Amino acid sequence: MTTTTSISPLAKVDNGVNVTALLGARESLEQVPEAAQFKWRASCEWLNGTHSRSAIGNFFGLGAEQSRNKTFTVEADHPQVFAAEDNAPTPVELVLSGLASCLTAGVAAVAQRRGIQLHSVKASLEADMDIQGILGMDDEVRNGFGAIRVHFEIRADASEDDIKAVVAQSQKRSAVFDIITNPTNVFVTVN
Amino acid sequence: MRFATTIIIGAGQSGLAMSRHLTARSIDHVVLERGEVANSWRTERWDSLRLLTPNWQSRLPGYAYTGDDPDGFMTMPEVVRFLQRYAALSPAPIVTGARVTRVRQEDGGYQLSTSQGPWRCRKLVIASGACNLASIPSLSAGLPGKVASLTPLQYRNPSLLPDGGVMIVGASASGIQLAREIHAAGRRVVLSVGEHVRLPRTYRGRDIQWWMDAIGAMDVRYDSMVEDIERARRLPSLQLIGTPERVTVDLNSLCKAGVELVGRLVGLCDGKAQFSGSLANHCALADLKMNRLLASIDDWVNANGLTRQFPAPHRFEPTDVGSETRLSLDLIDAGIGSVIWATGYRPDYSWLDVPVLDRKGRIRHDGGIVAAPGMYVMGLQFMRRRKSSFIDGAGDDAADLAAHLSQNLNRAAA
Repeated sequence: MTTTTSISPLAKVDNGVNVTALLGARESLEQVPEAAQFKWRASCEWLNGTHSRSAIGNFFGLGAEQSRNKTFTVEADHPQVFAAEDNAPTPVELVLSGLASCLTAGVAAVAQRRGIQLHSVKASLEADMDIQGILGMDDEVRNGFGAIRVHFEIRADASEDDIKAVVAQSQKRSAVFDIITNPTNVFVTVN
Repeated sequence: MRFATTIIIGAGQSGLAMSRHLTARSIDHVVLERGEVANSWRTERWDSLRLLTPNWQSRLPGYAYTGDDPDGFMTMPEVVRFLQRYAALSPAPIVTGARVTRVRQEDGGYQLSTSQGPWRCRKLVIASGACNLASIPSLSAGLPGKVASLTPLQYRNPSLLPDGGVMIVGASASGIQLAREIHAAGRRVVLSVGEHVRLPRTYRGRDIQWWMDAIGAMDVRYDSMVEDIERARRLPSLQLIGTPERVTVDLNSLCKAGVELVGRLVGLCDGKAQFSGSLANHCALADLKMNRLLASIDDWVNANGLTRQFPAPHRFEPTDVGSETRLSLDLIDAGIGSVIWATGYRPDYSWLDVPVLDRKGRIRHDGGIVAAPGMYVMGLQFMRRRKSSFIDGAGDDAADLAAHLSQNLNRAAA
């Protein structure tokens, strides 16, 4: 529908995303859709109070266990207004960080695919929460966010609408955006 | 057992256009039709439906609209008469009331079981339509028993709906048209909106279909695309309606009228519907895509030096979904009496006993040339061109595929 430019600008644009590899992966997965089944994992250990530490290492994908060179750790706690020690961000802030990182990675990948050179990408996020929910004060108030607002500041070699389209496409293909906007079954077992 | 060199399944626009081209090439053929000419148009459409393309655009090989309202939109009885006249004029060798129940490969050709006995052929053209079945998401199984479940193929008009409010799932052409008329009939309407393609009915004094035709968008070929053709083939239908008043129906106008917009339906559990929080982004994507099309129209006007022939360019209001979109709805409490699944259509290949379907049940083809010797398909979305699934697209596709088919026959004969 739009006049298409040739593929050549892709070579010059470098956002550090290997789009060719990603497109290649999509093509091979078309042949072996089973290999697209991934399992992501995290383990978490209680330290003290509301302070905990998660370890993130191996995952499963492409039909095999995938190991990493190191295990990452992420800590979480609660701030002093919750009578906690504030050793680390709260889990809900980590959720915001996860959403921001996922959308930002998507912006880089989509921009690369569309031949748009990025100069800077900054996302600021804010989420509303009525803590009457988590405190059990009012059953009609949900525990989670009432709404999340994401604002992107992007400098790139593209028109305003093209940049908006990159951000919109990034949401469309984002795992964390999907996890947050759609329900997911959660199964918790003990021992 | 009867024999024809080529059998065409289906006497709609695609089958009739193909028949016309085969006749022109003196290729012996029959058209097997399960009902009457234009059967789907006759029996599987709601009462108020009109074509989404203007009358002048109903063009078939050797035939076109010649009435006094070229910019109007045909009602379904008018479409049926239009195709009946074409069938009679051609004249197409049609066997009506012959439902194909099975097709299998045999001796370098195909054997067909039909409600009027067996047929054999060397070449087979599947022109049985792209919208035989409604695609309904599997989560529909969670609908409470008290709420009626129907598809646009069953819907006729608001008065035949069960009492109560109506939740319409899907906001493409079918969904927005049904939302508009059911709400106008005084019902509460909740419209669940996922990915959609927003278009104005008219722009700069012309119908949007006129523009898409003029700038060559409808003629874009499947093998000349830089973007992913499979994605283009899965694109939802254009958010358009054909009315004598040439109105634009979009989410803004529906919302203003009082239709409640919610995000994509993502859960049905204990009588409660859950909607995605992605509505704002789906609307942003659709607005941006519409503006890209309008920009390419403006570019075309400028490039052709026609600026003075048309009113000045402008842009439409962005879709305003507000910030208070509900994420769930208790269907029983809200008095919803029926849900209409306007979630797309797909062809029915249950009778096709030849291994040509992919893992999603779609027929594997290269621009209509199916992955089985001497088999062709027609009328699928973006099959050879963007217009392949339009009445106006049947002619060019039929010309190409008839040429391929004929060459194929000659090679076998040589």
